[in-house]
Amino acid sequence: MRHLISIADCSREDIERILDRAESFAEVSGREIKKVPTLRGRTVINLFYEASTRTSSSFEIAAKRLSADLVTVKSVGSSVDKGESLKDTVQTLSAYDPAAIVIRSPHVGAADLVAKWSPAAVVNAGDGKHEHPTQALLDLYTLRRRVPALEGLTVWIVGDVMHSRVARSNILAFTRLGCRVTVCGPPTLIPRGIETLGCEVRHTLDDVGEADVIYALRMQRERMKGSFVPSLREYAARYQIDSRRLGANQLLMHPGPVNRGVELSAEVIDCPQALITAQVESGVVVRMAVLYELLTGVGDDAGGDGPDPRTRAAQASEPQPA
Amino acid sequence: MTAILDRKDAPPADLLIRSAHVLDPRTGIDAPRDVLVCGGEIAEIAELGSIDLPGGCEDLDASGLHALPAFVDPHVHLRTPGREDEEDIASGTRSAAAGGFCAILAMPNTDPVVSTEPVLSSLRERARSEAHVPVGFLASITRDLAGEDLTEMAELADAGAIAFTDDGVPVHDSNVLRQALQYQRLAGKVLALHEEDPSLSGAGVMHEGEVSAVLGMEGVPSLSESLMIARDAALAKYEDGTIHVQHVSARESVEAIAAAKADGIRITAEASPHHLCLTHEDVRELDPARFKMNPPLRSEDDRQALIEGLKDGTLDCIATDHAPHSREEKEQPWEAAPNGVTGLETSFAAAHTTLVLPRVVDLATIVERMTSGGETFGIPAPRIEPGAEASIVLVDLAAEWQVGDAGYESRSSNCAFAGRTLTGRVRMTVAAGGVAYRERSFAIGAVA
Repeated sequence: MRHLISIADCSREDIERILDRAESFAEVSGREIKKVPTLRGRTVINLFYEASTRTSSSFEIAAKRLSADLVTVKSVGSSVDKGESLKDTVQTLSAYDPAAIVIRSPHVGAADLVAKWSPAAVVNAGDGKHEHPTQALLDLYTLRRRVPALEGLTVWIVGDVMHSRVARSNILAFTRLGCRVTVCGPPTLIPRGIETLGCEVRHTLDDVGEADVIYALRMQRERMKGSFVPSLREYAARYQIDSRRLGANQLLMHPGPVNRGVELSAEVIDCPQALITAQVESGVVVRMAVLYELLTGVGDDAGGDGPDPRTRAAQASEPQPA
Repeated sequence: MTAILDRKDAPPADLLIRSAHVLDPRTGIDAPRDVLVCGGEIAEIAELGSIDLPGGCEDLDASGLHALPAFVDPHVHLRTPGREDEEDIASGTRSAAAGGFCAILAMPNTDPVVSTEPVLSSLRERARSEAHVPVGFLASITRDLAGEDLTEMAELADAGAIAFTDDGVPVHDSNVLRQALQYQRLAGKVLALHEEDPSLSGAGVMHEGEVSAVLGMEGVPSLSESLMIARDAALAKYEDGTIHVQHVSARESVEAIAAAKADGIRITAEASPHHLCLTHEDVRELDPARFKMNPPLRSEDDRQALIEGLKDGTLDCIATDHAPHSREEKEQPWEAAPNGVTGLETSFAAAHTTLVLPRVVDLATIVERMTSGGETFGIPAPRIEPGAEASIVLVDLAAEWQVGDAGYESRSSNCAFAGRTLTGRVRMTVAAGGVAYRERSFAIGAVA
């Protein structure tokens, strides 16, 4: 793979290869010295046009554990503040010859544009409400560690699907690995035509008992304006996952940060079926695996103008303690 | 009522167009003929080889070409005054001539807006020294497009405003539009309407449907357009007014217009080449330079409804909504880029390639709809017949070309069909009696 821009571009094999690689990095993360020399001397630029805690910090940690040199550019306090266009910013940063640019933007398609304007490998860390592919990969990774096989699982994605890039990437990712996906939320927050992605649509939690996995989405407080939902109270009454709705054999996931008492009740967040903390932990190893995939040329047998990817893959060292 | 258009002086053409296939759906001619143009007027149309070349007349070999009545575009943005970096009167009318147009109408959403007589008069004066084809200027319905107070419509009409429009934004206040329709009795002139309900469009940046759901972008429902058309048709009926619906994009809109026409309301409508040829599936490429405009590209079902409407006459004409934008404005992420695509130079070729060649619409219908755009505004469609002022376009229906390969006559390159291979190329345009455009490769004939 050259870039990771959309789960729609990833085959099942691509996804499984990345998840397998993440497993091997998990072993590294268990060591006292959690660093491998794989990307020594290569530069990774984190370009964040939106606030982010977990995505930005886990990409930083991932790049550092692979020994890459890392620069983080945030829109606040940078030339973006002075009105520099995305194109000029990308071309300026590309002049430093980075191996990869990780981009988070409020605009759909920003990662595609970076890939067009820069020779670097591009990782989409969230483009508007479109996609957040590394979140989907870390969710699959987390779930795969908990259950033996994803094939045939039923996943319910509950909440504000309309404004969620996590939902779009996860519908694609779960279905790629053979899960059945249902999205559920108030009709005002389920976009027309979402079935195109291969999911079913429900508007009540009446049948949520059929789910093996309940994936709750963050209900953003700013969506409370307008008339998406009349009140948080009514939303919580109908769509909150609480101990009454979460069955004993169901797993619970959430991309964070959680609004306690809105989409999830306090007691389910801390219950043993909740994978929420494990999801955060997975962020680092999965993002290491993504950087490894893109920057060492594994799985890239399409040829290209660089050195033979197989040779590059062979040259790239397997994870080893520094 | 014949509207007065402005252009710079052009020497009257003296041409003997030999061996072209002449097609004019209005006069019924559809055969190889020689056409003699003398002093800018069509003097004679006769069997091949039967006209002697008069002295001082160019002998033009048009064998293999079609001679059609030149096109009329009722919807062009010339960006002047205010954004001359994107288009000016000279470049916009050169672009029109290169697309085969003999007359265009310019929208008033400039900076300043064409809301007052001095702005209108200065534009008309510039057109008389710069325009390569005749141009008519519309004035705004409301001052500065604010949607609140009417412009001095009667005075603007006296100063030569062809019609009135707030194009770019809807007249969202029902009572303001009602009063404009009442004032129409005094000012005359059609109201051309951009139909959109802003509360339904919200922050939408593309058609609401499967593609917007997948891309995670806010959608503009078709209803946003069709509801306003229904409202405005009802207002026009009540006030006995005349309206023209701009850039129709949705099936529901075609149905609303058909219903209004059946009800006897004086309503006409236009569709753009991009809405007739492209759909929201193209938006997946996320290239705002080619595919972002308002109203947005809609579904294949909507496109089919537009084609049917064009064929059965519910849609009266094809209008480009030529909307030039600078490169830096369009080289942005989709949601941040402005609306609008250019289309003057590709309108005929796109319609010919997408609709005529696959036998979806016949050539005569496309020619009829591309020449009728001025009729509702008092600009008669050009005719190829003796005694008429010569407005003729010579096209090579077999010529393939790649859009943008050789650049554009327009100052902007945000063409909806950029990069596509189209079939059908304008070789020469005679507009209102003068040669307005001649392709560089098209040989100049010997002058007798």
